[in-house]
Amino acid sequence: MATVELRFAAKPAHVRTARQVAVTLARRVNLGTPALDAVRLAVGEACGLVVALQQETHPDEPVVVTFDDTKGLSIDVCGAVELESAEGIAAVDVLAAAVEPVVDELPVGASLAVVSALVPRLDVVTSADGVTMSMRWPAEASAHA
Amino acid sequence: MDLTLSTRSEDGRTVVEVAGEIDVYTAPKLREQLAELVDSGRYDLVIDMSGVEFLDSTGLGVLVGGLKRVRMHDGSLRLVCTQERILKIFRITGLTKVFPIHASVADAIATDST
Repeated sequence: MATVELRFAAKPAHVRTARQVAVTLARRVNLGTPALDAVRLAVGEACGLVVALQQETHPDEPVVVTFDDTKGLSIDVCGAVELESAEGIAAVDVLAAAVEPVVDELPVGASLAVVSALVPRLDVVTSADGVTMSMRWPAEASAHA
Repeated sequence: MDLTLSTRSEDGRTVVEVAGEIDVYTAPKLREQLAELVDSGRYDLVIDMSGVEFLDSTGLGVLVGGLKRVRMHDGSLRLVCTQERILKIFRITGLTKVFPIHASVADAIATDST
């Protein structure tokens, strides 16, 4: 069972709240400073990605983040994202996107590229109900940067 | 902490001092500021991120967008950043190859005077 559950409207303003809860719990399980920074950024990216995708199609559905700190730290970010766009979430080559001559910012897949680089164990599960990004930091994760 | 921005001119460059958290919520404010500067003809920017506590990929995207805009006018965009936790996201995305990153504003301005 999740030890903490956070449910918020799919709005960018609330992503910070999710980061703060994540960092507080990471401190509680003594993850160590590098992992703590990774937790903060990974949760921010995952929630930001879900909010961005959800705002288009399901703005009234909440984003749900569940935290389990019983064995290391496990964080699930769930959103009501259309299966088609959920399946389309793929990590992009951020560097390649950045050097494209077209004046544009980074695609949403940049978030996933960052999350993948930060999280020791990441599972992205898509279903008809939406997407769940599961991130796991084992208790000894302080060794992970 | 919210995002605060202040802009000044120094040796022909425009220094944008950024403090607080640049994330999916606050990044639009920075995007607006950079677009305004470029629209008003300021193409040599130094973004001083010494006071930044958090930066996510949305914020990176805004910086990338700013860089592309100034380059269209043969301008430059340099970053000032020394915090390890902020530099990390540039490193894992490979963007250290795209942005000149300096340890101080003085260093950024000196390097820029070509």
